[in-house]
Amino acid sequence: MLLIDCPYCGLRPEIEFSYGGEAHLARPQRPSDLDDQAWSDFLYTRANVKGVHAERWRHARGCGRFFNALRDTTSDRILATYETGRPRPDVAPGTAKPPPSGGGA
Amino acid sequence: MSGRTPAGGRIDRRRPVRFEFDGRPYQGYAGDTLASALLANGVHLLGRSFKYHRPRGILAAGSEEPSALVTIRRDAARSTPNLRATQVELYEGLKAESQNRWPSLERDVGRINDHLSAFFPAGFYYKTFMWPRRAWKDWYEPVIRRAAGLGVAPREPDPDRYAQRFAHCDVLVVGAGPAGLAAALGAADQGLRVLVCDEQSELGGSLLSDGAARIDGESSAGWLASALEQLEAHERVTLLPRTTAFGYFPHNLIGLCERVTDHLEQCPAHLPRERLWQVRAHTVVLATGALERPLVFPGNDRPGILLAGAAQTYLNRFGVRVGEESVVVAACDAAYQSALDLQAAGTRIVAIADVRASPDGELVAAACQAGIRVLPHATVLGTEGTLRIESVQLGAVTSSGVRDGLRLSCDTLLMSGGFTPSVHLFSQSRGKLAWSEALAAFLPQTALERTRSVGACRGLYDLKEALADGASQGAACAPRPLRPARPFAVEAPVRREDGHLGALPAGARPSSQKSFVDWQHDVTVKDLKLATAEGFRSIEHVKRYTTTGMATDQGKTSNLNALAVVAQTLDRSIPEVGHTTFRMPFTPVTFGSFAGFSRADLFDPVRTTPMHGWAAARGAVFENVGLWKRARYFPRAGEDMHAAVARECLAVRRGCGLFDASTLGKIEVVGADAAEFLNRLYVNAWSGLAVGRARYGILCREDGFIYDDGVVARLAADRFHVTTTTGGAPRVLAMMEDYRQTEWSDLDVWLTSTTEQWAVIAVQGPRAREVIAPLIEGIDLAPARLPHMGIARGHICGVPLLLFRVSFTGELGFELNVPSDYGAAVWEAVYASGERHAIVEYGTETMHVLRAEKGYIIVGQDTDGTVTPDDAGLSWAIGKNKTDFVGKRSLERAAMKSPDRKQLVGLRTRDRSVLEEGAQIVARRGLKPPMQIIGHVTSSYFSSVLDEPIALALIAAGRSRFGQTLYVPMPDRELEVEVTAPVFYDAEGQRIHG
Repeated sequence: MLLIDCPYCGLRPEIEFSYGGEAHLARPQRPSDLDDQAWSDFLYTRANVKGVHAERWRHARGCGRFFNALRDTTSDRILATYETGRPRPDVAPGTAKPPPSGGGA
Repeated sequence: MSGRTPAGGRIDRRRPVRFEFDGRPYQGYAGDTLASALLANGVHLLGRSFKYHRPRGILAAGSEEPSALVTIRRDAARSTPNLRATQVELYEGLKAESQNRWPSLERDVGRINDHLSAFFPAGFYYKTFMWPRRAWKDWYEPVIRRAAGLGVAPREPDPDRYAQRFAHCDVLVVGAGPAGLAAALGAADQGLRVLVCDEQSELGGSLLSDGAARIDGESSAGWLASALEQLEAHERVTLLPRTTAFGYFPHNLIGLCERVTDHLEQCPAHLPRERLWQVRAHTVVLATGALERPLVFPGNDRPGILLAGAAQTYLNRFGVRVGEESVVVAACDAAYQSALDLQAAGTRIVAIADVRASPDGELVAAACQAGIRVLPHATVLGTEGTLRIESVQLGAVTSSGVRDGLRLSCDTLLMSGGFTPSVHLFSQSRGKLAWSEALAAFLPQTALERTRSVGACRGLYDLKEALADGASQGAACAPRPLRPARPFAVEAPVRREDGHLGALPAGARPSSQKSFVDWQHDVTVKDLKLATAEGFRSIEHVKRYTTTGMATDQGKTSNLNALAVVAQTLDRSIPEVGHTTFRMPFTPVTFGSFAGFSRADLFDPVRTTPMHGWAAARGAVFENVGLWKRARYFPRAGEDMHAAVARECLAVRRGCGLFDASTLGKIEVVGADAAEFLNRLYVNAWSGLAVGRARYGILCREDGFIYDDGVVARLAADRFHVTTTTGGAPRVLAMMEDYRQTEWSDLDVWLTSTTEQWAVIAVQGPRAREVIAPLIEGIDLAPARLPHMGIARGHICGVPLLLFRVSFTGELGFELNVPSDYGAAVWEAVYASGERHAIVEYGTETMHVLRAEKGYIIVGQDTDGTVTPDDAGLSWAIGKNKTDFVGKRSLERAAMKSPDRKQLVGLRTRDRSVLEEGAQIVARRGLKPPMQIIGHVTSSYFSSVLDEPIALALIAAGRSRFGQTLYVPMPDRELEVEVTAPVFYDAEGQRIHG
């Protein structure tokens, strides 16, 4: 179970949150201007990255606020959390300090 | 004779314990496991194997045991199958039963399978039980399920309690062997908060059975006692014996299962049977040790064939000699120590057959000196003995091949193929493993979590190294160590634990005996070779095809040998072949401990309305809707549901009915931009809705399909009262919050759930106005002043009232919203007022019939996530001049406008039978499967007011089919239906304005 750092409440266990899918997908201002392909991409096409993924979480059983997180999907390590509307922070996967490996094997 | 030694071991010889195995009485001592006590009584035959029903004994002494599985029965409900006899602690009166045998363990009919094994190769089920398809359900599956499998689960509900606990610590140490204890001491010395868990009844790991080593001048038992004493004295250290760390979850959450009462004769009522711990640790120290590997040779599974280390454990920890005459087959030095210990206790070591070409070193020399015959470069060609091993045929490996060696009589064969580090939890934590050529083992390499592997689980088998590793890594858990790690002085023989992987060298003639790799699933070398011969290359595929490593032990003793056999057959290296995934749980965990207290009444929260007590007192039958209990119908004496619903329906249509609608979701949408917010969300236009009026609203998802519906009332220019479906309230609020916070944060709008603030009393029927009029103050109920879809504020019985003139029945109707605390009182007052109008309380079933008579949909019943507003016949609700709303762009796609989409229609059956909801609809008579389905029934009832059945259905191009005859094929007949408009009653809609 993940520990998630809600930007408003601090570090809380995952059961307090609900997942909100990929972040930074703004609803088009005028959907009617989009052709079917562009609208379909907005609705259904997701990055599905292996690595650092910007995603939405909601502290549903806490403050109720949506926010964004950068999570490495290969390790589940959360590299940053930040308020909705802010740009994606520039965090590379290697920048979070790796935990000690436990011996020189 | 073999059995209990005159002295020694950690058992309490002053406390004899009586127990039963398969109905026969035996005696052991406190401190015994079932396995050690049976061995002390000379019992080696404990069960029959899974597939071939071969006699099986005890292989190991710990949780890795694959064979000795038993059922422990306290009573009919407390019967636990598939327990490892090596982990079952003895208590007075314990009753154990062997499994997978009939009629008895000694004379088991299923052993015929062993002789038929040529017909049960790997993939047997896939190859054999293919045709005919139907035979699977009726014949193959039941027979296979009966024949295979191990113990039988009890049928009664589990009467025990299971507790759950959360804990946090600086350091969680998993495994209390020497490395784990040293790590715990190291961390505790730094002032850290430490939790130590170990799956065994006593902490100590290998120290519990190691007779030879001396630590800090003390025997290993003496050092263990003082180490535990020090740890217990630490205020910040918690020791948890009988506690298995079964799963490693992200961000250092570890699942522990503590067995609290299973080892007790009488279970105190205040204690749970098991306790599930969810531990969040800053650092996890894995000191999980290493498991001794069996050797793979023909006939290696007979009772009396044990791991050498297990025999040593039975001797030194439990005071049990497993045999009188033992042949030891060794691939490493550890087996020599076992042989020396056993010989000192009086067992004759017939020979040590060493598979290595030239064994040497301290322990080999000691064995020779003790007069034990050591046969280097040996192999095993076969064994004899039915219910117990009687002899072993050795082979000698020479440069020209394997020739027959000695045939030795024995009553036990002790083997050691080397050690496999227990990297299960490390691998579960998604740490990367690396193959060590030197140790022939996968070792922890790169951790993803803050975890440290110490001691034997990372290949440090030497006691001195393991202690030093534990101590230094335990101390290093502190961010700034206060003091250096303590040193340990260790005297122990130097061992070479090189080991052997895969099958031992075979003789020139192929053996007729099976070489088992996986004891629990009866997988042999031949099966693995067959799988590769049939083209399986990935180890994950070989595993699934042969089922190797897939039994309840998850291949603790078998996986590496299986891997080696496959690698050798494919002529690839072990790291090239790779390993299978380690998954939780490490050992099986009961469902009870996962469920904890969340069972029966505590399984889910129960939501009740303020009028629940009144309904219950009236004998209402309730149904679950989400977490709510809703009155479904109110049967009177002698009535079944059909009769009650028929009566309730007629009462509403002819007079007046009273319905509890409190469970409807309610959301107050407030702010200067409230109307704009709803405009953007709902398909309807809201700006033109006057204060004091309400409108039926439809909410779509962005993909254009109906998500929820409900009446929305405008209380003020900047205030809307939005109702949702009962089950949809939380998700609608979550969706609203999503758009409010993340898409339209510029809007001045606030959302508040008011579901539980209001009790909602629906008064429906032609007499509804007369029923409520005498109670209401401050509201003019005249139709001109309060028309259909009008709302007003006033008082009822002196209580503030928000009155909606709305109807979900097609009759004149009112919904009385009053503060929840007054709900029951107002309900009773309305009921009393209605008595002279023959008012009748009705439930959700009647509500469903009444709305279906009017063709009103229920979201989730008549819609299924693929239904647009137009499909449901609701396009009139869409705001025509809106440039945008959630779902609008999707509704403009060509496919969403196709006239062939499924549309909501009504159905009448020709023969007056009530259709089944979910029944499929076809266009022509007499079709056989596979046939084209053009729709399905979504709602179906018997309408008492119309005196005929009615149904709603979604049918392709349904609205173009009015008057057509379609067919509903049922198992026994085919029903004819006529397509109609979905409104069956009062099509003109006059009654609602009454």
